[in-house]
Amino acid sequence: MPDMIYVTSSPHIHSGKSVKKIMWSVFAALIPAGLWGIYAYGLRALYLIIASILTCIITEALILKLRKKPVAISDGSAVLTGLLLAYNVPPDLPVWTICIGAVFAIAIVKQAFGGLGRNIFNPALAARAFLMASWPTYMVTFQNPRWNTDALTSATPLTNIKHDFGFANPTYLDLFIGNRGGCIGEACTVALIAGALFLLYKRYISLRIPVSFILTVAFLSWAFLGKDMFQGDSLFYIMSGGLMLGAFFMATDYVTSPITKRGKIVFGIMCGVLTFVIRKWSGYPEGVCYSILIMNAATPMIERFTKPGRFGKG
Amino acid sequence: MLSKTFKGGVHLKYYKELTENKPIRRVSLPQEIIIPLLQHAGAACVPIVKPGDLVETGMLIAESEKLISAPIHSPVSGKIKAIKKTCHPIIGACNSVVIIPDGKNEAEKFLKPICQDTDGLNSSEIIAIVHRCGIVGLGGAAFPTHIKLSPPKDKHIDTFILNGAECEPFLTCDDRMMQERPEGIIKGALLIMKAVKITSGIIAIEDNKPRAISAMQSALDMIHPSGQAIRIVTLRTKYPQGGEKQLIKAILGREVPPLKLPFDVGCIVENVQTAYAIYEAVYCNKPLYERAITVTGDAIEEPANLLVKIGTPVSHIVKNCGGIKGKLGKLIIGGPMMGIAQYATDVPVVKAVSGILALSKESARIDTQEYCIRCGKCKESCPVNLIPTDIAKAAECSHFDIATTLNATDCIECGCCSYVCPSHIPLVQLIKHAKRSIACQI
Repeated sequence: MPDMIYVTSSPHIHSGKSVKKIMWSVFAALIPAGLWGIYAYGLRALYLIIASILTCIITEALILKLRKKPVAISDGSAVLTGLLLAYNVPPDLPVWTICIGAVFAIAIVKQAFGGLGRNIFNPALAARAFLMASWPTYMVTFQNPRWNTDALTSATPLTNIKHDFGFANPTYLDLFIGNRGGCIGEACTVALIAGALFLLYKRYISLRIPVSFILTVAFLSWAFLGKDMFQGDSLFYIMSGGLMLGAFFMATDYVTSPITKRGKIVFGIMCGVLTFVIRKWSGYPEGVCYSILIMNAATPMIERFTKPGRFGKG
Repeated sequence: MLSKTFKGGVHLKYYKELTENKPIRRVSLPQEIIIPLLQHAGAACVPIVKPGDLVETGMLIAESEKLISAPIHSPVSGKIKAIKKTCHPIIGACNSVVIIPDGKNEAEKFLKPICQDTDGLNSSEIIAIVHRCGIVGLGGAAFPTHIKLSPPKDKHIDTFILNGAECEPFLTCDDRMMQERPEGIIKGALLIMKAVKITSGIIAIEDNKPRAISAMQSALDMIHPSGQAIRIVTLRTKYPQGGEKQLIKAILGREVPPLKLPFDVGCIVENVQTAYAIYEAVYCNKPLYERAITVTGDAIEEPANLLVKIGTPVSHIVKNCGGIKGKLGKLIIGGPMMGIAQYATDVPVVKAVSGILALSKESARIDTQEYCIRCGKCKESCPVNLIPTDIAKAAECSHFDIATTLNATDCIECGCCSYVCPSHIPLVQLIKHAKRSIACQI
């Protein structure tokens, strides 16, 4: 018998890009922020990260097995969900809580909708919202970095300002390097930006969503969150809370954000508006998580109205 | 100066170094020449020879009375062995004239220009020669050139574009033609302009072919056409720059509307080899029976640029290039982005073939398909503003009505979307499937 040759439709070459490479690159881009979290809040943060990732992997493997699908853990998507979930919880959270969150993220938010690429909501954020609803006390208890002598349990800068606790606000430098209370992965602005730059350089994400998101929050905070109109402290508002993590790593999630260029900008602006609305008027100090989740649901509609113009039709 | 370009597309790895320094050389005569009766877009030809007949090089062997068709000529001197169904590299199978060459070399009669004075020729005379010599677009579509040179009277054509972009990776035959035979190409281009009665011409070349650009420029300076303005425009190297619609968009900023043709925006585009064939037809009375192709790929022992007679079996050409290196994984007619993978190696070269690409088992490996993660890379790369993943999803579920509303029929099948897809989804294949199904429904 002669040697068999392949016959396929064109093209016959490929860029070499893969889902695996993208997922692990995002994972790598998130590492600096996590290292700061562990350094600032102690080994508890590391335990939470490990517990979250392991639970995600096990849940994903079990469900894929049950669904009789290839167990594709190495694609890194479950690992990434685990990491992002851990980054979005306070370092004091009991380990069992994050495990429940991880199961929820993978089983309910991702696999129940059909698995990778089919989910409507960002799994890590939806799980965070679920934990917030189920164990609110754990989810709003934050600790200061280890080296701070005052209160072990403290408020995040946003809570402080919202409820007028009267703690001294951190300086811009503190906010930039992450010397503040907060979720494990959200504090260190510089590490998050470094990771984002790497993803931008690799062209895995574009600036459209993060920039429109952050600028909208900056503008609305400047306009409405000061003592008077147009006196708000924009820099403070964009570096406190989870905006940097959310804008660069959560809102840019491929599966749950619009594909179209204009759609990305609409998505980013609306995320910014909702974040501002929640921060200003709701009972919560932070609104990044909910704003992205709400916009996830709006993604198909945004895409419908922002389709690119037809070639040759102006 | 900034090179011109278009929106979308991809930057590829080009592999042109395999053959870009190899001058075009001839191939030895094969045992058998197989001439398919359909080598162009349009109606198939009817043979005017029968088994046992003797033919000479350049003799007409098949023609058609249909409007859109192009006559076919014998590339060799020899005896007709049979007229039978054979493999065809593009349409699968086709009736063909099989000729046994007798080795008598009669090609000399077409080598020397017999007509030095083309000034006396008018538009319809040029078009008649182009028709008689069986010239079709050699860029790949093989549309009969005499039809293209006779646009409807109500269309106002103002610009001729000579397509020397050669954006497909691996292929270098157009590049070599421009370096080795620039005068002929430019003379052919001037004839085209004369045929469609326009005075403005643009030679479009991608900036990864600096030697072709300088060769064409010096030939242009030498010929120095009077009364006709023709100039070279450098294009940024990006795939699919050589696509007609992308070329026109990049150079003139005009977009060819859906289902319309270049002449609807006042352009006519011809490939450099087509221009050369027109030059040979008019100046040397030579019918189109041979063309330059690139034989390349990591499974070819000695990659080369060759002047091959139409009808030469691919297996003979591959043998002529040192044979297959290692194990053959895939044999492709054309370039790697839009070429057609072959089932058999005994297919003949037809007029539309610009290259033979042999890939090793390793390069031809088929990656496992994963779920779409909606990364949007396909959308970013699409040069005609489609969202390939959405059309592909519709096609997978046979929702061709949805595919229609997503403008699936605008797809130019360049393959950028499949190339960039990290999930290895055969997007362009699914879109082609949608296009065919939509066409069948109408």
